[in-house]
Amino acid sequence: MTSIPAATPPKYHKSFQRTLLDALRWLFIYGTLILVGIIILMPFIWTLSSSLKPYGAGITFPPEFIPRQFEWQNYVRVVQTIPFFTYLKNSVTVTGFAMFGEILSASMVAYAFARLRFPGRNILFMIVLATMMIPYPVTLVPTFILFNKLGWVNSFLPLIVPPYFAPAYTIFLLRQFFMTINHELDEAAEVDGAGWFRVYWQIILPLSKPALATVAIFAFMAYWNDFMGPLIYLSDNAKFTLALGINYLRNMRGGGNLSMQMAASVMFVAPCILLFFIAQRYIVQGIVTTGIKG
Amino acid sequence: MTTVSRTPVADTATQPRFHLTRRRRESLAALFFLSPWLIGFVVLLAGPMIASLFLSFTKYKIVQPPVWIGLDNYIRMAGDDLFYKSLRVTVTYTAMSVPLGIVAALGIAVLLNQTTFMSGIFRTVYYLPSVISGVAVAIVFAWIFNHRFGILNYFLGLIGIEGPPWLSHPRYALWAFVLMSLWGIGATVIIFLAALQGVPASLYEAAEIDGAATTRRFFSITLPMISPSILFVLIMGIIGTFQTFTQAYIMTGGGPANATLFYILYLYKNAFNWFEMGYASALAWVLFVIVLLLTLIMLRSSSRWVYYESPGEERN
Repeated sequence: MTSIPAATPPKYHKSFQRTLLDALRWLFIYGTLILVGIIILMPFIWTLSSSLKPYGAGITFPPEFIPRQFEWQNYVRVVQTIPFFTYLKNSVTVTGFAMFGEILSASMVAYAFARLRFPGRNILFMIVLATMMIPYPVTLVPTFILFNKLGWVNSFLPLIVPPYFAPAYTIFLLRQFFMTINHELDEAAEVDGAGWFRVYWQIILPLSKPALATVAIFAFMAYWNDFMGPLIYLSDNAKFTLALGINYLRNMRGGGNLSMQMAASVMFVAPCILLFFIAQRYIVQGIVTTGIKG
Repeated sequence: MTTVSRTPVADTATQPRFHLTRRRRESLAALFFLSPWLIGFVVLLAGPMIASLFLSFTKYKIVQPPVWIGLDNYIRMAGDDLFYKSLRVTVTYTAMSVPLGIVAALGIAVLLNQTTFMSGIFRTVYYLPSVISGVAVAIVFAWIFNHRFGILNYFLGLIGIEGPPWLSHPRYALWAFVLMSLWGIGATVIIFLAALQGVPASLYEAAEIDGAATTRRFFSITLPMISPSILFVLIMGIIGTFQTFTQAYIMTGGGPANATLFYILYLYKNAFNWFEMGYASALAWVLFVIVLLLTLIMLRSSSRWVYYESPGEERN
């Protein structure tokens, strides 16, 4: 394996072989990547096209990827069948408050871990990391009982309040970013007499906009898509979030219609996809931070 | 990276307030900043976990106060066919979807790492499914797997395969979930891609000079260098698959014939359909112990197959 080939073929001949091999390699790589891309995109295309097919004729076989006529009525019908805007308002409320709480609390805790010195810092941070590995169902039942005792069941509070207690994953992500900020900045501020809260609020946070954006996007997607939380805590139909609402549409009489389900799904995922295209850079950064340095 | 030794410059500059040393004041400030997590840890994590352990020794149906029944829940579990079934479903699903996902994501990442043209577009497309996890995916895939009208069987038909009744046959239902999980490997691809880009080119050059073949280079350089990322994906993947719920709840409800009765779905049914809070807590603790053991085994074994750079070396 390590011996040098005895006979080297003529140079032009080798370069021809090389070119051919490179072309084949290129073909293989791009062929595979494009094929995988098409497979991944297919459900999106099919969802969109199904949402635009005429009411009764949602199901056709073989499937049509481009509808013969665009039937926007399906979207109107979804809005008329379920209280869509109520669900939307509920989703926005829950997601908004939860996101705010998560970012505020996690950034505070991350600041302590990244910038302050105190006894037991490393042990505490190890505990934070370890809690990421605890499956949430372990606490599901007692948490439900707790919120039930507090009279919070069938309100948004069980969905909104827990994020104010700093989810571990977000602490970790922000802490990694805060560590990279130059210490001279806050030391200079401290010399000027600024307290730690001002350093956190006026130096660290403004300098961390990209990391905060990353965290905000992940939080948005998590709370917007959350299904189990609303399923457990919300029983009153008027309090449903959209995630529950589109499943409710699916299960209701007359909601078993493909076109309407797809139209509802498109409306539900639209904010996430829009956000993804606007802020892709931050998302990639966030994943890389957790995956590499984790 | 600069190691900053934070000499207390400010001590002389600022007036010592409340007769506290700077160090004491810094610790107090840390306590303030940490308080959201500390309170959350006690009230929403450690407390409930202990409560859950206590409840697992009781019969508790919400309406009446919990009644201590000792080990009865655990004894019942030992004879509960559905418990074994749900455990088997979850473990089978994990054993299929996690390794397949890692291999597929690694393969795609390796290919993607060799391209520059259009690589941004590929990355975007691959990641797209990850932003819509949950309900919508389940609803859409319930149709995609439809025996007669689904596009999956349509495409299989085009290449001459008669597609099975994915979600309504016990033999195929779990495979449908595995396929669905593979659709969402984009985040893993991004992690591996970043790890691949972090492998120093000098290593490959050295190997090339030594005459190492491409496969040899992959197994002797690439894999060891990205093994920390593989460990991370493996652990998080297993923890994630053990918590599968939404897809199963929406697409099959655990059927057919309990073929997709995932552990958490069974736990959910016990707690919130049958109000068996005590039994559900026992199930939760068994899950916790299983996940903990799996994680520990992987972490312990990782010293054999995960390559960590020696601390002296600096990466940046």
